[in-house]
Amino acid sequence: MATKVLMEALSPTMEEGRLVEWKKQEGEKVAAGDVLAEVETDKAIMDLIARASGTLLKQVAAAGTTLPVSSLVGVIGEVGEDLSVIVGGGPAGRRAGGQTATNQPPAPNPHSAPPPAATTPSRALTAAPPPGPVAGRIKASPLAKRIAADRGLDLGGVHGTGPDGRIVQRDVESAPVSARVTPGTPLPARPPARLPGGTPFTDTPLTQIRKTIAKRLAQSIGPVPTFYLTAEVDMERTWEAREDLNGADRRTAGPPDRPKISFNDIIIKATAIALRQHPACNAWWQDDFIRYWNEVHVSMAVAVEDGLITPIIRHADQKSLREISAESHDLAARARERRLKPEEYTGGTFSVSNLGMFDIDQFTAVINPPEAGILAIGAITAKAVVTGQAVMVRRRMRVTMSCDHRVIDGTTGAGFLKTFKTLLENPLAMVW
Amino acid sequence: MATFDVIILGGGPAGYVCAIRSAQLGMSTAVVERDKLGGVCVNIGCIPTKALLHSAYVANLIAHDAKDLGLETGALKTDYGVAMRRSRKIAEQNSRGVEFLMKKHKVTVLKGDGVLQPGRKVKVGVEVHEAKKAVVIATGSRVKGIPQIGLEINKTTVISSDEALFLEKAPASIAIVGAGAVGCEFADVFNAFGSKVTLIEALPRILPLEDAESSDAIAKAFKKRQIDCCPGAKVTKATVGPAKVTLTIEVGGKPETIEAEKVLMAAGRAVNTEDMGFKEAGVQLTERGFVKINPATLETTAPGVYCIGDVAGPPMLAHKGSREGVVAAEIVAGHKTHPIRYDNVPSVTYCHPEVASIGLTEDQCKEKKLDYQVGRFPFSANGRARTAGETDGFVKVIRDKKYGELLGAHIVGAHASEIIHELAVARENEYTVEEVDLAIHAHPTLSEAIAEACLDSMGRVMHI
Repeated sequence: MATKVLMEALSPTMEEGRLVEWKKQEGEKVAAGDVLAEVETDKAIMDLIARASGTLLKQVAAAGTTLPVSSLVGVIGEVGEDLSVIVGGGPAGRRAGGQTATNQPPAPNPHSAPPPAATTPSRALTAAPPPGPVAGRIKASPLAKRIAADRGLDLGGVHGTGPDGRIVQRDVESAPVSARVTPGTPLPARPPARLPGGTPFTDTPLTQIRKTIAKRLAQSIGPVPTFYLTAEVDMERTWEAREDLNGADRRTAGPPDRPKISFNDIIIKATAIALRQHPACNAWWQDDFIRYWNEVHVSMAVAVEDGLITPIIRHADQKSLREISAESHDLAARARERRLKPEEYTGGTFSVSNLGMFDIDQFTAVINPPEAGILAIGAITAKAVVTGQAVMVRRRMRVTMSCDHRVIDGTTGAGFLKTFKTLLENPLAMVW
Repeated sequence: MATFDVIILGGGPAGYVCAIRSAQLGMSTAVVERDKLGGVCVNIGCIPTKALLHSAYVANLIAHDAKDLGLETGALKTDYGVAMRRSRKIAEQNSRGVEFLMKKHKVTVLKGDGVLQPGRKVKVGVEVHEAKKAVVIATGSRVKGIPQIGLEINKTTVISSDEALFLEKAPASIAIVGAGAVGCEFADVFNAFGSKVTLIEALPRILPLEDAESSDAIAKAFKKRQIDCCPGAKVTKATVGPAKVTLTIEVGGKPETIEAEKVLMAAGRAVNTEDMGFKEAGVQLTERGFVKINPATLETTAPGVYCIGDVAGPPMLAHKGSREGVVAAEIVAGHKTHPIRYDNVPSVTYCHPEVASIGLTEDQCKEKKLDYQVGRFPFSANGRARTAGETDGFVKVIRDKKYGELLGAHIVGAHASEIIHELAVARENEYTVEEVDLAIHAHPTLSEAIAEACLDSMGRVMHI
């Protein structure tokens, strides 16, 4: 039985792919899992994997052609098999066009396909007030009840998002462990000051004032009402600390090819620690609620040929500088070769963009939605600074934070930036 | 120049429903329509085809079953022209019905070509109208055909549904390219009116997007009525003459020649996005040519401009557009709205027997590696179906083994289009197969087959 090789959706946003190169030739034996071809997606060059074993009977699409997702690319089967049923309908593109008058979508498209998991607005609003004094009856769909029973979930702690607050499948499926509270237990209405462990994030319903702020500001400035905060950071001590670290590496004869720790690595670390202390900035705007992340994943903007991409240092707050350095080095290198996997550049909770190496003093960066903030890092330059009664030459760095005002208010952003500044001015604090 | 809260471009099933809902929510509303209200659906789509299909149904009933029912009718004579004029009358009545609804809800109808302008403005003729809250694009789609295989629609020998709906008589022979819903419905109609019908489909099955069992059942029913089905066929050559078309198709590597008086192109639709100022107003399109929208808010890339219906993306179905119309109006009015479940849009083909489905096909469940159990019940074991002599077809439900979720349902049979909604309601409200069975089904009804199929999926089928 012949198996079709289809253009697969290799990234969450991929609608079509360009077949860069066949790695197997017609007549060549293939095993399931073998790399058949290289495909260029909207973001990277990725491998198209064989889903069946046999012989590559036909390369339907030629190298260099661009095909929509789900188009026929080739056929795997047994030698001598009749392929006319599979490839008889003409080129894949034409076949796809030939069915659009029928009653259903020819292929999933961004309108009908469920959004990628990372951005699916999950509606479990754990910090929501419990659904009133539940007098015996909780409105929940039969399917939701079964799933809850199976998982030992108490429906009293789940916020319903169905009609009239009815609890539906998506509510129980995304309900975190904290939903296992007994009905009536008061839950905090604001994000906790300290991030609890266990669940990756907490969804918080929008208060009326938040809704109004969001609506009014978005009307005024565009879909993401952004405001900017700028601070100048004294980098003397970080400068010294970095020199020491890289110097120590040389003296203790660390691996010779180990990359030096960059300022950017230290900035990512400082960002991550500051986010841990200011969870209100570590959040996603989700249109009808805000997702406060309990995990810190820092996106770092990397310039690539004709564009940029934001690979992610996951759990950056829990990683050592050395780990961040190794990871950022690897991610940036692969980003430039366009060989990042989708999961390596989606799902960040906050971004850092650094143009210091281009001698930019100060700039503003565009927020990467649904994230709510981004830091724009300028160059470190020697400046005359008044300290006490004396004028001294100090190395200074200007940082501008872009904030989504629907999530972050002025004082919230300023608090974060203050911590960030303090950490870089006292780098030892990052060690604790 | 007039000012409205909402201006809707297009008075089809998406646009006019959006207008009614907008008016209900207290917004002053205008609909721009260049042709007749009701759009493709009412005028040259859903409604007139269903009128013709009813003629076809009765013709088949008289030709094949009358004697058995104790009715002597003599030899059956058909006249497509009469059936066509009846379908036109119904379409016109429906369009007037939409006009009445616009009046009733105090919706202003602006006749003419609407052009979107930046800043939520719409130009109709020489007048520019302004929308205070939103402009909603609902400009729909049109037949396109597949010119790249040499079959350009010439409206005489190579026609689309637009022409087929206005023919004075049924052609002696017709080749239909595309065996989706449109192709299968016209195959049914022309077959009943005496045409020799050849149905050509590039994909390996007719009704390729339905469950394979549904496709097989229709292929069998069509074969019995001598409709020649050629799935997996590629049209390699077309010679278009003044009175006939010769097609060369390749099926399984073997070339075949088909001669027909007319070719009906039942594949390919294009969305209406040109010459309406979309680009200038900041409304971007997707790579596939649809208007780019945020699926959660139906808003386009231009603030305050929304998009619904065919032009907003597949499935290109009237009822999907209407639902988007309601939701768009509620979003614009600032109301909380029920999110659209695009995986719960019923799909119906009105040939005989009818085909209706919702949710996943069995092949899709396999691809997704879901742990499922199929339940089936044939109409040959259903009392009501037997009394009507309509025992073709079945109900098939696909149950998730762990939670009993209705992953998908497929019905082939008489009135499949009507009884599918029990399962649509069930899925929308997350009832499982058990709740469907627990609801008492009247006896004898076709719907009992649904309850039985649900029982079968749990291994408890009763009447088979």
